Amino acid sequence: MRENVVIRTVSRLAVPFIQVFALYVIVHGALGAGGGFQGGVVFASSFILMIVAFGLNSVRKRLSNKWIVVYSVLGITIYAGIGLLCLFMGGNYLEYGVIEAILGIPHLHGYLLDAVEIGIGITVMAVMTSILCDMADKGGESS
Amino acid sequence: MIDHLPVLLIAVPILSALLILLAGWYDRRFCYPISLITILLQFGAAIAILLEVMREGTIRYHLGGWAPPLGIELVIDSFNGFILAVILFLSAATVVYARRSVEKEIDPEKRISFYVLFQLLVTGLVGMTITGDIFNLYVFLEISSIATYTLIASARRPRSYVASFNYLVLGSIAAGFILLGIGNLYVATGTLNMADLALLLPASYGLATVHTAFLFLLIGFSIKVAFFPLHLWLPDAYTEAPSAVTVLISTVMAKVSVYALFRIVFTVFTTAYVIDTFAVTGFILFIATVAIIAGAVLAIAQNDLKRMLAYSSISQIGYIMFALGVANQLALEGGLLHILGHAVMKGCLFMVAGLIIYRMGTSQLSDLKGVAKTMPISCAAFALAGASMIGIPPTIGFMSKYYLVLGAFEAGQWIYAAVLLVGSLLAAGYIWRFIEIAYFGDHHSEDRRPAPAREGPVSMLVPMVALALLCLFLGVFVEVVMEAVRPAAMLLLGGA
Amino acid sequence: MIEAFYELFLSRYNYWMAIILMLIGLYALIAKQNLVKKLIGLNIFQTAIFLFYISFAEVQGGTAPIYLPEGVDALYVNPLPHVLILTAIVVGVSVTAVGLSLIVRIYEEYGVIDEDDLMQVVRGR
Repeated sequence: MRENVVIRTVSRLAVPFIQVFALYVIVHGALGAGGGFQGGVVFASSFILMIVAFGLNSVRKRLSNKWIVVYSVLGITIYAGIGLLCLFMGGNYLEYGVIEAILGIPHLHGYLLDAVEIGIGITVMAVMTSILCDMADKGGESS
Repeated sequence: MIDHLPVLLIAVPILSALLILLAGWYDRRFCYPISLITILLQFGAAIAILLEVMREGTIRYHLGGWAPPLGIELVIDSFNGFILAVILFLSAATVVYARRSVEKEIDPEKRISFYVLFQLLVTGLVGMTITGDIFNLYVFLEISSIATYTLIASARRPRSYVASFNYLVLGSIAAGFILLGIGNLYVATGTLNMADLALLLPASYGLATVHTAFLFLLIGFSIKVAFFPLHLWLPDAYTEAPSAVTVLISTVMAKVSVYALFRIVFTVFTTAYVIDTFAVTGFILFIATVAIIAGAVLAIAQNDLKRMLAYSSISQIGYIMFALGVANQLALEGGLLHILGHAVMKGCLFMVAGLIIYRMGTSQLSDLKGVAKTMPISCAAFALAGASMIGIPPTIGFMSKYYLVLGAFEAGQWIYAAVLLVGSLLAAGYIWRFIEIAYFGDHHSEDRRPAPAREGPVSMLVPMVALALLCLFLGVFVEVVMEAVRPAAMLLLGGA
Repeated sequence: MIEAFYELFLSRYNYWMAIILMLIGLYALIAKQNLVKKLIGLNIFQTAIFLFYISFAEVQGGTAPIYLPEGVDALYVNPLPHVLILTAIVVGVSVTAVGLSLIVRIYEEYGVIDEDDLMQVVRGR
């Protein structure tokens, strides 16, 4: 029983730091090592740590099936939406330079890249968490 | 908006798949209409693109505005446009067919996932068809493969899990080999764009790196195409999958894999490499004839209707690879015509099998005695598509075999042309087996049949009958199809 | 003699490592009976391919492809294979996830994960 207390306390301390690190990895994808997928997986690993330390219900309470579906749809919609926005503004698909030229905000190119990465990160986080929730749930339902 | 059609052909279905997921969570009945509308829109766009390519020439679309070879581009030429129209037409027919079939064969809570994965599979296949970058080809191949593994496993029978696992292992090995081939090509030339590779490769034809790349790509795609000795995943996967899924993967997925193989062999490694430097076409021709005979013989020996049609698919893939082995203009025209023809024929045959399962619950040939009396339209469609499979004029099966035989004669391969005709006789063997049982099998003795079956529902009959009639019409009006096929074959051989 | 040995083995050690790992992965995939071990063999095979890609991206004297203050002028290793492998890793993870879910379902249905027992049970039903 004593080991349980140690694991729970350390997890409680570590989870916020892991999540902040995940956000750091997502946002620094454009200029350095990192990116949407890697950050999303690190974020999901914080949830996996919670499943291991506190049990499946702690994560199910915070991230129910409905929210997982909403997040996974939201992420890809951000990605495809930005691409289609570039299309409507007159350029090719995902041609950020067109929006930057029209709106005139400097460095908008980089900001849109980061927005796409954040979208990917959200989707990857939701999907990875749902994969592990389903596997940890013995004999659970599908979807 | 017209010149953005290529990328909309990929982006809109992804958004529609997400929409199906959201709307399905809200109310399950929204999945089917959204799916149907999306695929019909895609089919319309594909026809528009095909007409524009036939009028103007190759369409090139640069993603993100980056010019190749730095950027990824989408290229649609006459070969692409033809395959795109074929696969989207078959997908549209399958979606119309799938509604009642899915209601019977898949659990209610899995239906939303089914439609989402269906849409993602079609997206992956369309992306694989229109991309001009070889690594993008690998990514879309994996998207469609993963969707296929999951779709095959969604049947109610537990054997589908084992079949899907087998397919997963073999398909992932194939993808690993393809990735290795792409890596070797990148080491040899430094670019990933297909048109650029075709320009830069001839300087390095003697390098062992290029030979290795070619072999890895050939073997990887042969596993995906189910070319004879590497076909072992196919019978189980086609038999245990739900009927609508079998129709889709046997027609569309197999054809796009064949397209990718032709693209790699003829456009990236041009005929100069395949025939002169690394003469592998003779070997492929030999293996293709073995595939034709072996597939047909194994099909005759089966007791289950779907498994028989699966082995027949292996035999027909042999015909298309025969066209690759001979590699002249007439044979390639025959091969491309066979891609269209086999998609239509096999789609119709598997739809009949699905209808029989829908009404009678079984597909064992011994249980289907005299089924033509209660399901006359289905068996008539089977007879028509089967006649096309054997190669009876004036169906399209006859036209494609005719061009293949002409191509073989022109290349001087008399024995192989004779093997093609033997393959037709063997096909008559297994087609006639079902027709005899369905029309002439007496059902007085051992009345183990379930309750008397009626004809299938209209939404399943209409695509099936349409495909069967198309087998006939495409053969009669084959000159219209040849207008699209002839420039494609010329393009593959390095022409205009 | 030493020249030939060096040329064949030591200067190309990265390709040899990748190929040996690939063969180990393929051996595990083919020879092991347990389905989970087969999937791990597939993972080893895919990882070996990634190693092959990354190893040929190396430029002698190059540093990691992250922007240094000097900007574009410093010597970086080739970043393109790194990006390709990121995508391939995602693909590998998805395939592993689907494979593991299938194994869970097979176990729930048949009660065995061993391949020989599985073939017997499937044929028996």
